[in-house]
Amino acid sequence: MTDMYKMPDERGHFGPYGGIFVAETLMPAISELNEAYQRYLIDPDFIAELDADLKHYVGRPSPLYYAERWSKDLGGAQIYLKREDLNHTGAHKVNNTVGQALLAKRMGKTRIIAETGAGQHGVATATVAARLGLECVVYMGAVDVERQAQNVYRMKLLGATVVPVKSGSRTLKDALNEAMRDWVTNIDETFYIIGTVAGPHPYPAMVRDFQAIIGREAKQQCQEMTGQLPDALVACVGGGSNAIGLFYPFIDDTSVKMYGVEAAGDGVETGRHSAPLCAGRPGVLHGNRTYLMADDDGEIIETHSISAGLDYPGVGPEHAWLKDTGRAEYVNITDKEALEGFHVLTRLEGIIPALESSHAMAYTMKLAPKMSTNEILVVNLSGRGDKDMQTIAQYEGIDL
Amino acid sequence: MSRLKARFDELAAEGRKALVPFITAGDPNPMFTVPLMHEMTKAGADVIELGVPFSDPMADGPVIQRASERALEHRVGLRTVLAMVSEFRKNDQLTPIVLMGYLNPIEIMGYEKFADASQQAEVDGVITVDLPPEEAEECVAVLNARGIDQVFLSAPNSSSERIKKISAVGGGYLYYVSVKGITGSGHLNVKDVEQKLAQIRKNTKLPISVGFGIKNAEMAKKIASLADGVVVGSAFISKIEDNLDNPERAKQEIIELIKSMRQAMDS
Repeated sequence: MTDMYKMPDERGHFGPYGGIFVAETLMPAISELNEAYQRYLIDPDFIAELDADLKHYVGRPSPLYYAERWSKDLGGAQIYLKREDLNHTGAHKVNNTVGQALLAKRMGKTRIIAETGAGQHGVATATVAARLGLECVVYMGAVDVERQAQNVYRMKLLGATVVPVKSGSRTLKDALNEAMRDWVTNIDETFYIIGTVAGPHPYPAMVRDFQAIIGREAKQQCQEMTGQLPDALVACVGGGSNAIGLFYPFIDDTSVKMYGVEAAGDGVETGRHSAPLCAGRPGVLHGNRTYLMADDDGEIIETHSISAGLDYPGVGPEHAWLKDTGRAEYVNITDKEALEGFHVLTRLEGIIPALESSHAMAYTMKLAPKMSTNEILVVNLSGRGDKDMQTIAQYEGIDL
Repeated sequence: MSRLKARFDELAAEGRKALVPFITAGDPNPMFTVPLMHEMTKAGADVIELGVPFSDPMADGPVIQRASERALEHRVGLRTVLAMVSEFRKNDQLTPIVLMGYLNPIEIMGYEKFADASQQAEVDGVITVDLPPEEAEECVAVLNARGIDQVFLSAPNSSSERIKKISAVGGGYLYYVSVKGITGSGHLNVKDVEQKLAQIRKNTKLPISVGFGIKNAEMAKKIASLADGVVVGSAFISKIEDNLDNPERAKQEIIELIKSMRQAMDS
């Protein structure tokens, strides 16, 4: 068992990726967070409280659902959906915010900040902040505030202050910059809940560990339902938290293939995409070294995707490592293909997936037919599609 | 000996303090920068920090963010900034130039290539805001091998242990960020700075420059009485922003401010 996967190292490195690349003022806060995290990760009281919240508040375990009709239709692998869309607030994001909020409480922090793109992580953060009675400020790109008005309203109902960010490209990456600026200014009382497996160490490892419940449940459920491990895992990758959550418990099961699906937007060849693993290069942004979309001067390139949740120029450093080592394969799906995946799942299984998750569905449609009927494919249905009705109707020229 | 050490030694011998203006290269346009650098040294600047525009300036306040955006509209990136330093050196061989920015442009160029280009342009120091000493070993090594100092930041919440660690790898001067927060913040407290500098002095032999929140001659004088150098950025860049229709006037106002700071610091 000497070759068991054990990443990151104590300084947060996944090979050359990850690490801590932040301004000096943040270093003490990051050390404090890392110490607290290492302590509570193995603290039985903390784990018991987290488990109880995940069961009674989030509604876990989420089902592993056999998509019989879709499997027959594709004529290949048997497809199972990990139903993260059935969690409280409608996506996998809440697994992480529940965990980090409990940590914030134990650390005595009174104020929560977060960044959000589509608003799912913002809603999941505002939700747990409301429940714990903590002040909550959510940074959101001004462009996203406009196109996700409903989630902005949800956050406000939950008592959060939503700050539209008007700098840079006015989207998710700029919201992250602004949250970092807030953190550095209000460092003593503030806990920054990062929504994905990016940021400085310990965030990529910590968010992964909170999301790994997805894969642990899926592994057990798959064995109970089919008597075997899955042959392939499929999940969409923006920052990559739902994908790492599914993949991580399977990394040492080398028979299980893993596919991360990036957003190709208009097509990777057009340059209008959000696929740093498929078409980017290594660099440093938002506290870690990873694959990025950057030009020859190292300036970050604007990204494009129909799905606001995948519209990010970086990706979690562990995915960069899994790509370089070949343990996971990273592929991409265009806006158009994702919409097809969206419609197929909706019509064949009566489940409306989020646009982010629709990328994983679309890749499943390519992969499953190439597999045999006695093979098993588990795809992460990371969120529900209710939030996307306006975007999809607009894209298809329908006036609601 | 690096130009930075020479300059700080020389000032110390004269009993004077370094005035270190920061401007963003290429703001409001690429033609503005090199002439402004010359004017600033004439008006009394001792070291110039030249900001490398970055698309995601996480540690900067709105004033420097907008300066970066204006420069990026003219596509001023790391390669152009290095060319500006070469241009500046044609007429000034003495004033130390420190590039200040974020790590990604250097990562994308590659450490070796960046260090070679910096040496060729005669850059004297490099500040990368998001590169703490823990991750800096390789970058520091390639820069030092070419006689270039990596300048590190320290903060109000830096422990003595950390200041030692920063001093062990850093060169040129130690840049003390006087407030917890972003550039251009307005809460600098002279008493706090005084106390902190006493602690920092015990843990470093490097000259100490203080920045973040110094806006006028009076404040520059107070800080100069405590530190070895005074860094001023947002106050100059605000002049550019207030005169976007008339960059010449911006230049005059910057020069006036530098002169008044110089005078106050030396009196």
